[in-house]
This record gives sequence, structure tokens and C-alpha cells, in this order.
Amino acid sequence: MDVSLILKASLALSGMGLILGALLAVASNFFAVEIDPKVEKILEVLPGLNCGACGYAGCEGAAEGIAKEEAPVTACVAGGHEVAEQVAVILGKEVGAKGVPSKAQVECGGGRGKVALRYIYDGEVSCRMAQQVACGPLLCPYGCLGFGDCVEVCPFGAITIGEDHLPRIDWERCRSCGLCVETCPRDIIALVPQTGRVGVFCSSPEKGKAVRSVCEVGCIACKSCEKVCEFDAIKVENNLAVIDYDKCTGCGKCVEKCPTKCLIMCPKEATKP
Amino acid sequence: MVKIARWGTYLPETKEKTSGRLIEDASLPSEVVIPLCQHIGAPCDPLVEKGDRVLIGQKIGDTEAFCSAPIHASVSGEVIGVEPRPHFTGDCLLSVVIAPDGKQESVEFAGVSGKLTPQKVRCAVREAGLVGLGGAAFPTHVKLCPPEGKSIDSVIINGCECEPFITCDHRNMLEKTDLLLDGLRIIMATVEAEKGYIGIKMNKLDAIRKVEELVAGEENVKVARLDTKYPHGAEKQLIKAILEREVPSGGLPMDVGALVHNAGTTIAISEAVREGKPLTERVLTVTGPGVKNPKNLRVKIGTPIGHLIEECGGFEGEPGKVIMGGPMTGFAQFSIDVPVVKGTSGVILFPRDQVKITPHDPCFRCGRCIRACPVFLIPNFIGLYVERDMIDKAEAYSVMDCIECGLCGYVCPARRPMVQYMKYAKGKIMARRKKIS
Repeated sequence: MDVSLILKASLALSGMGLILGALLAVASNFFAVEIDPKVEKILEVLPGLNCGACGYAGCEGAAEGIAKEEAPVTACVAGGHEVAEQVAVILGKEVGAKGVPSKAQVECGGGRGKVALRYIYDGEVSCRMAQQVACGPLLCPYGCLGFGDCVEVCPFGAITIGEDHLPRIDWERCRSCGLCVETCPRDIIALVPQTGRVGVFCSSPEKGKAVRSVCEVGCIACKSCEKVCEFDAIKVENNLAVIDYDKCTGCGKCVEKCPTKCLIMCPKEATKP
Repeated sequence: MVKIARWGTYLPETKEKTSGRLIEDASLPSEVVIPLCQHIGAPCDPLVEKGDRVLIGQKIGDTEAFCSAPIHASVSGEVIGVEPRPHFTGDCLLSVVIAPDGKQESVEFAGVSGKLTPQKVRCAVREAGLVGLGGAAFPTHVKLCPPEGKSIDSVIINGCECEPFITCDHRNMLEKTDLLLDGLRIIMATVEAEKGYIGIKMNKLDAIRKVEELVAGEENVKVARLDTKYPHGAEKQLIKAILEREVPSGGLPMDVGALVHNAGTTIAISEAVREGKPLTERVLTVTGPGVKNPKNLRVKIGTPIGHLIEECGGFEGEPGKVIMGGPMTGFAQFSIDVPVVKGTSGVILFPRDQVKITPHDPCFRCGRCIRACPVFLIPNFIGLYVERDMIDKAEAYSVMDCIECGLCGYVCPARRPMVQYMKYAKGKIMARRKKIS
């Protein structure tokens, strides 16, 4: 075999490689896309879950928005205060004082486990679709349907459906992005400040008798919580107890007094412990 | 010659229990609940108060909206409440509750006097509160007013009754054939159409023969014999089958010069125009394996369906499912206090052991729904998108053209709730369009 043949071939190939490599090197400089180095840095500190809670399509969009100063440094809802601090360092800005983080809470203590069904639902296992079939199979038109649309939508895996068919929200994991609040077809998930240690686990604006007839643990608007509260923190509005979390100290007197036990002290989880 | 359509499926007809039974008058219930929204369009405002005495045919609800129909009392008696009551869609809607006094006194009716003009007919039809009696309950007078620039050359009477079990139109056509033809001629004169067709499926040969006998020798009225495939009775599919014209996506039958009226509606038009009789009763079929004596009944609007079931001898076996309307497009009910409305064509009962409740499986893309779909959609993909809440994609796959005939769910071997997906997507898209406009 002719050695020169191998030589020629290897020379030709390495020559091609060199020329093309040089071309690429020139082109990469010539056609370089200018990226704000800040965007990359911000992107590194963002959680990278693409939850969309900030209003941008994903974390990359949010990073660009923050770098262009379209969005505040605290834009990332999911990241919370820690991320905001890191972003502020990159941009050389100040973050305000750390606010109280809010957490999602399912404001229903009844659900399928305690409320009777109007009919046997035999459709797609999804709250939003069940809600369309004669306003849902639950006798209470405000109670949790428990098919778990919120579980599916949570990007942090903070929600699970318990044995009582009610969603349990792990406050350690909840980043208060609010996606579950938007998804719930019955609007019974709310964001509450984490300090609020008492929760109202009922969303029914019906009168006491109507609530009592369908659910044992619903708010019957008896106002005994209002009377017992020393801090004026709990009020019955629209047949439903409402807590002013600025005033609530978490003394727990209303919880003791509540006859239907729809007021509950919240430890870590936002549903009934 | 009967042409066989490319789409659709043959369903078990199961009409034999009632197709040979004469229409009977149902007895008066102890309470009549008349919802103030029984049609597509604006709901009516109540015209009576608690304590008022009403007569048959007295208007108890009306509105100024064009796309709406007034509502009349179907019995004489005292109004015992104007309150929200359960409606067949599952909601609680404002209804007039009347306790009948048994005297059955009615207001005086007067038909159109003098020469029939289109304006007089439309007025009489609106005043009678007529809506499509096939199930969708679209106000009839709206259909009789084609907008400027659209001419109608063919009127089709829909006597297909393609839903299994239901036989009320069949009996109506047999027992009131002359009124049917009179109604057809009134419609043809009103919209200045040259041709009239009566579309009847081949499973109703006695009705075909009777109508053919009566129209023999007439050039402009024809009986169209149709194959027994489901859904031949859907408006756009009927036009395609008889006239071979395709209604464009999002369009109306008027766009292709056709007008379709249900057989029961046509009879009611004749009665409204000639006698001035408002729509206070309708014929419906109470049938199914879950009822003792299936019957065709002439029922006062507002009668609770529980009363009709009693009228037919009660439940056969343990009650399992009660469907209002046909088995393919009807609504399952969770209460038998729900009243009959203008659009109710039947009440179908199944015993518990015949109702299967099974979880559904994932779509394995066999494509049976695509073959069955009468509007040539791709239901399996729409279903998959809706399951993932990708409503935009479903819209791109023309979910808005779905006629909710229920065939995709019927043929699905994975028992997927296809119509639920379609209805969900349509509801979402409609809500969004409303928001934008």
C-alpha cells in the first residue's frame, strides 16, 4: 500500500479542519449575539422551574425582564426573599425589608370525605371539568371537589391529596406562586400570610342553616369567634369568618370556641392537621 | 333510493316499545314548575307574582330581546312562588311555580285573521312562544326572519328522530300529518321558499307512506327517505343528506339557502298560526328499560319528571339513571323534581344494573372517533389537548364546529368522556370570546 495515499488523505482532512475551524472562529466573533452578562448571572440564581408565576413565560424571560429593569428585583415569586437578595447583589440594588411570605391555603375542611354527593360523577377526573357537569357532584356548591387540579399545576410538588380527599399544602415547599389559586374552579385556595396561625376552613357564603344541612364542619356564621377575640381580629362578613392577619396573634381562643371546628390552628400544613 | 352517508354509525334503535303506542294525555301534577329560561337566548322576566291566579295560555314571562321566546302558563291555578328551582342543566334557575286548581280554564286564543302575511306569521309564532322542539330550543321566529340579502329556497322538515328510544316525532307525524303539511306550507310561504322536503328515516316506513300519500301529486313538496344512520337529524347533516349542500364552518343553514324545522315544531307552528294556541304542552316519550309501561305522553310544560314516571307505572327495578332528552345528547338528572321544558323530547330510564360506571383509559389512537365524526373533526386529538388544558390547540382543531352528537364517546373503546372534553373546550372558548368582545 502506498504510504503517500494515507499522508495525502490525512493532510487534506486536517487542512479542511483547520480552514473550517478558522472560519467558525471568525464567524463566532463576527456574528456574536450580544447577551447582557447580567441576564446569565440572574438566570443562574433564579430557581429555574419555569413556573410562570412572575408573569413571564419562564425564568429566562424573567431574567431578561429584571436585567432590563422592566420587572423589580423581587419579581421571582417562587424564589422569595433569598433569590431577590441575590438578584439585587448582581444589579447593585437594594431589596426592601423581608416581608412575611404568604402561603397557599385550601379554605375548605369538608370536601368529599364529609359532604354527601348529589350524583355519581363518571367523567374526567378533574375539578374544572366536574364543575361543568351540573355545577359539580358535591352537595355543597363551595366545597373542595378534591380531584386534584391544584396538585397537577403546582410546580413545586407542594400539594398532595390526603385520604379525606382534601389537598394538603406543604408550607415548606409552597413558594406562593399562586398557580393553584388561579386554577381552582371554585376559588377556595387563598394566599395567607405565614404568620397567620388561625385559618378559616370554609368558603360558603350561605346562611348557617343551609351550611349545616350539607356539611358538619362549615362556618355557620354564629359569631362566637367574633365575640371571643380580644384583638378584634376576626369578623363575620357575608356569613363567613374573616381573619385580619395584621391583628391576629394566634392566641387560639376562637379555635377553642368554634362550634363546628372550621377554625383551625395551622402548624406546617395548610389543611387540617 | 336511499343514500348511505360516509359519516355516522348505526345505533341500536330500541324504539319498538313506544313507536306503536298512541299519544296519551298525562294527568295534572300537584305542582307545575315553569323555568323562565327554556330556550337559547335571553331569559325571560317574570310577569306574575306570588298569589296571582293564572289561566292556561296566559303569558307569565317575556322579554324585549329579539332572540328569546315568551313563556306561558300551562295550567290554570295559583302562583305559589317565583323562585329558583332545579333545571335540567343542573343549575337552579328562576321559575314560576303554579299549583293547578284542576279547572283548566284558558284564555281565549285567536288565530291569524285574514290573509297570512310573513309579518303576521312571525308575530303569531313569537307570541305563541315557539322554540325548536327537537332539543336545542332555538326560538322559532328568529329562524323565520332571514336577514337581508339571504334567500331561502328550500325548507326541510326534520322528521328523522335519530336518537334511539325517542318516538314522539314519529307519533306526531302519524297522528297530525295534516297539521305537519299545513305548517310546512306556512313556513314555505313565510320565507318564500320554492321547495319543501320532509326528511324521514327508513325506520319509520308507516310515517313515510302516510306523508307520501298526502303529498302525492304535489310538485314542490317531497318526502326524502333517509338512511337510519345517526346523526341524520342534526341540522347541517340533514341539509347535506337532502340538498347535498355543505354549511360552512361557523355558518348557518341560511348561508346555503336552507331552513330546517323539527316535525313537532312545524305542527306547533300550524296550531299557533291557525288557532293562536301557545306552546303550553308538548309530546314526549317516557321509555327505557327502567320504566314499567313506556308511553308517548302529551305533557304540560313544567310537569316534574317524577310525575311522568309515576304516570308510566313507576320504576322497573332499582333506578339507576334518568336521562332527559335522547340517550346520545340528553342530560342525566340527579333529581326527578326537574320539570319538563319546551325542548324535552323524552325521559329515558335505566335500572341500576344496566348502568356501568367504569374509569376511562388513555387514548390509544385507534381512530374510531375520527371515522364516526359527522363534522369530520379529529376528536381524539381534541380530547387529548383538552385533557391537558391546551384550549388554543383544541380551537385550532375546530372544536367549535362540534355538534355534540356524542358519537365519539359512544364508539370509544377506552370509554373516554369525549363530549365532556368538547363541551369544556367550547365553554372556555365562548367565555374567552365574550371577554374580548
